[in-house]
Parts: sequence; structure tokens; C-alpha cells
Amino acid sequence: MHSALINVPAKAKRGDVIEIKTLMSHIMETGYRHTVSGETVPRDIITNFACRFNGSEIFRADLFPAIAANPFFSFFTTVTESGKFEFEWIGDLGFSETAAASITVE
Amino acid sequence: MNFPRTMAIAGVLVATAVAAAEIPQEQRRSGFSFMTPETQAMQNDDTTNPGMLWVLDGEALWKRKAGAADKACADCHGDAAASMKGVAAHYPAFDKALGRPIDLEQRINLCRTGQQQATPLAFESRDLLGLTAFVARQSRGSPIEAGADPQLEPFIARGRALYGQRQGQLNLACANCHDDNWDKRLAGSAITQGHATGYPLYRLEWQTLGSLQRRLRACLTGIRAQAYDFGSPELIELELYLMSRARGLPTESPAVRP
Repeated sequence: MHSALINVPAKAKRGDVIEIKTLMSHIMETGYRHTVSGETVPRDIITNFACRFNGSEIFRADLFPAIAANPFFSFFTTVTESGKFEFEWIGDLGFSETAAASITVE
Repeated sequence: MNFPRTMAIAGVLVATAVAAAEIPQEQRRSGFSFMTPETQAMQNDDTTNPGMLWVLDGEALWKRKAGAADKACADCHGDAAASMKGVAAHYPAFDKALGRPIDLEQRINLCRTGQQQATPLAFESRDLLGLTAFVARQSRGSPIEAGADPQLEPFIARGRALYGQRQGQLNLACANCHDDNWDKRLAGSAITQGHATGYPLYRLEWQTLGSLQRRLRACLTGIRAQAYDFGSPELIELELYLMSRARGLPTESPAVRP
């Protein structure tokens, strides 16, 4: 079960700089830890995050084992037209989650 | 030789000292007020508070049918925003059938085994934390009212005694830090008054949501005492005492702590 929290303003004026905040639930297991019996706990992290606006990419990030669980991103963009933000998280062990949020530009 | 009388006087003095050390009502404040503005902002915004991820999970579980009875929480309790409002602020509460107090996690598990005829959820499991966070979230802002039931008095008294009892290799009681030294710092961190206003809460150190029982067990390990088992009467009595001590402070669940 994976939940995401997205914060995109519902409305903005043309040319406004808006802040986008995303929070994704994930354990971000580093791959450097061992069990009591000495076996390595396999790495299980999110490796890529991307945000697209009306199909074109506006933000991308690569993630690494030192990043804490439940990664939080905050970034800014200028809005010029109404449309849809699409978010995608990709990670180890086939992890793939998406979310979307719409904005009305006046 | 007046030894027994001396001992009796010493006993009275100790008892007075312990009672006097309790934090006056008007000085009681949540751990929230000890945090940096950044961590406070993280808790206050539902899209940056990681505890809300568990609330979302809990909301899904609330509506999902479970057990041999094939019933969801929502089938009996309906809309949690109405039926669960203020409920968490009263826990731990006295359970008539068991004749002892139970905390919110145990209440949820009693519903699971009794009403849903499902297996109980393990302490600190993601599902139990999620359901507890979702139920507790409905009480956000409600003043804590735990311990008002007169049947709870002997249990609160036992919790208070445990709170004041020195134990472990460091020979410390909860009160030595959280009543006597809450205005100081330990290894750079604020000590706080130990009011359990926001559980289950997201600790940045844990990188996950955790229960008050987990927090208490971590404190016990910290003073190098043998931690009580999850669900043990001692932990419930400590929870109950802490919540009755925090009476009147607003519920913050799910809170964020450093």
C-alpha cells in the first residue's frame, strides 16, 4: 500500500511562480544494513522522480540510498496555461507509482 | 532511639518532594512548543506531515471489509469524521468487560476480534498504526480528557507510581527528566515535559510513524531498564497517567517530532 500527498494550488494567475510539494510513502531501505543472522537487507529505494506538465517534463530527480524514508520534494515552476501535472516515482523491485493534479490558470 | 519516627518523617518529606515536582497546570505545554519552526511547519501542513500518509492508509482500511463477519469499521461506525470525533482524546479508557483500561490500539483490535471476527493486528504494524492514526486524526484539536472516569483512579495511581520509580542501570525515573529537568537539554535535544498529545506520531529519527508504547519502550531502553512488553499493564498504566497528566492540552495526532 503506497500513498502520495500532492500539494498544487488549484488556481493561479498567468505567469505566477507556484510551489509544488509531493510526499511519497516508501521505506527507502539502503541496502547497507544486515539482519541479525548477517544477511544483507536488499536495497529497496525510489531511484527516479519526475513531474510533467501537459506532457512535457518540468522537474526530474535521481534518488540515492542516503535519502530518508518517505521522500519529500518541493520545487517551483511558472504557470502559463491551465493543465495537468503528472507525477511519477520509479524504484527498486518494480516500484512504480503515479499521481496527478490539475491547475486552473486565469 | 527514634529511628522509626525519623524514617517516617523522611518518608513524608520524600512524598512531599515528589508531589511538589509535578509541573503546575498553567506551565504544561506540548512537545510541539519545543520544536524548531521548520518542524512545526512540517506538522501543521497536511501535505508535508508524513503522518498523513498513514492517515490515508487508515482511511482505506476503515472502509475495507475484514474477517469472518465481512464487516468494515465503516459498516458500524459510519463516517469517522462524525463518529470518531474526540474519541481518541478519551483513551486509554476503561473497558467494562475486561475490567481494566485499554489504549486506542487495543480498542481497535478488540473491534477486529469481536465484531469483525478477524485476527488482531500486531503492535507497530503498518495497518494498526494507520487505523489508529486515522481515528486519532478525527480528534485533532480536541482537548485531552483521558482519565476522567472514576473507575480509572487505581490505574492512574499505579501509572503515576511507575512514572516516579527509579529503574534501570542509570537508576532514573521518568520524572527525573520530564518533571525536574524539562527546561533543559540532553545531548543537544530538548527534554520536553513528556505530554503524549500527538500519538501515533511521525518521528524523523524513526523515519516512520510510531505509537506511544514504542516511545515509552525506547525511553526505558535509554535508561538501560528492561522495557515492558507491548500491551503490558505497566505500559497501559503509564500511557493512562501521561494522558491524564496532559488533560486539557489539544490533541495533535498525527504529530511530527524530531
